[in-house]
Amino acid sequence: MTDGIVIIGGGQAAQALIAKLRQLGYAGPLTLVAEEPVIPYQRPPLSKKYLTGEMTLDRLYLRPQSWYAEQRVDLRIATRAVSIDRAAKHISLSTGESLAYDKLALTTGSLPRLLPEAIGGTLHGVYAMRTLDDANRMSSELMPGRRALVIGGGYIGLEGAAVCASKGLQVTVIELADRILQRVAAPETSTYFRTLHRSHGVDIKEHTGLKRLIGEDGRLARAELTDGSMLDVDFAIVGIGIVPDDRLAREAGLTIDNGIAVDPQCRSSDPDIYAAGDCASFPHEGTRIRLESVGNAIDQGETAAANMLGQSVDYRAKPWFWSDQYDVKLQIAGLNRGYDSTVVRPGKRDGSQSVWYYSGDRLIAVDAMNDAAAYAAGKRIIEGGKTLPRGAAADPAVNLKDYM
Amino acid sequence: MPQVTWKLADGRTIVADVANGLNMMEAAVANNVPNVVGECGGCLSCATCHVYVDEAWVGKTGAANEIEDGMLEATPAPRRSNSRLSCQITASAELDGLVLIVPAE
Repeated sequence: MTDGIVIIGGGQAAQALIAKLRQLGYAGPLTLVAEEPVIPYQRPPLSKKYLTGEMTLDRLYLRPQSWYAEQRVDLRIATRAVSIDRAAKHISLSTGESLAYDKLALTTGSLPRLLPEAIGGTLHGVYAMRTLDDANRMSSELMPGRRALVIGGGYIGLEGAAVCASKGLQVTVIELADRILQRVAAPETSTYFRTLHRSHGVDIKEHTGLKRLIGEDGRLARAELTDGSMLDVDFAIVGIGIVPDDRLAREAGLTIDNGIAVDPQCRSSDPDIYAAGDCASFPHEGTRIRLESVGNAIDQGETAAANMLGQSVDYRAKPWFWSDQYDVKLQIAGLNRGYDSTVVRPGKRDGSQSVWYYSGDRLIAVDAMNDAAAYAAGKRIIEGGKTLPRGAAADPAVNLKDYM
Repeated sequence: MPQVTWKLADGRTIVADVANGLNMMEAAVANNVPNVVGECGGCLSCATCHVYVDEAWVGKTGAANEIEDGMLEATPAPRRSNSRLSCQITASAELDGLVLIVPAE
């Protein structure tokens, strides 16, 4: 390779890819093109300890700045890749430059769904929660007594609500579905978090959507809800999901199917272009899925790196997720899609609990709330291809280690 | 600023001075120690920064709390009596000379 490897998108997947390429002995040119004006950082704390102020910026970075020079990475931050010319194998940059590549990796991540301008989505005081810039701009709103509206009762929205409530704000969460977390969790988990938030004074309104946001002099002032009510609000957090950022790939004519479609080795429909992380959909247990998680971004980035260097490694997802709200740590192992029954297991401590998801007799996922032991057991059982009888899951006297 | 040694499964060692207050996962990542990942950034959610503390240092690094204890059951490498999650060990003067053994997986 003479032109070397170019990576577009500066998140967790890119970071893992770079580290793995160098670890595997790749000594050629390596360029990272990243649109945000900062070196790669962790996103999860943006809605948790970074937003509360408990975590400082220097701890947010995935690697110190000096690391990139040590790894001989041509780091181009604040630079956007404008287009890919697959025939000529070069990309055009927002700086006007053109970069040639032998192999290209797309780790472009995802974009938050935004509210349309027609219903007030572009008013001042309306925030997405995706980037460092989003978090920094929102931080000045977090003053005790202010009124926050959280639109969307998924994990991101609930984490935002928890930060706001912990800081003494008046918080309302609206969720269009019948219950919070409906898309991602069983009713038992929704109930657990509804109770938790209400105990911290958060007003949770389910089966309630947003009609429109109303501004005064361009600044958010009120929200009209689908139940007809009108709320006075100081600012709003929009947590209504993310979409894969497949814009470049789409324009370059790569196959798109819920994100950039890749094969088991993270290769797109162009054999010289790979994709990893939130932006990529991949074959999994007979279907095609896309995962939005740190663990997936890292593991796929590493798999892509190995295959870019001529290895033949298939990606096998080991899905896991986490969320921190107040003093509750939620850990999720496995994927619950397609579950047909659940079992609730009380934890050892007050407030600890786990929800076990089954498809037939097969254990497929666990939500563990302040119960690391249940998470650990569930993860091992699922990844080991084993199962746990329902009766054992429900009985807190059963030692889960006997089934690991 | 304590000096820390990581002993790798392939026999190599990595030695680095670690700023006080940094945890051992952050220190390992900054020094390219393989197999210490820190997927969750050090919030006790992932168990990807598992190490064995050299027996001579077990007394000084202390014991795992309840959450860490639970998480240590989720590590790919076997758990031993000296297993710790390195994000839960914070650099301080009294850890000068600390030796950590990194599992192969």
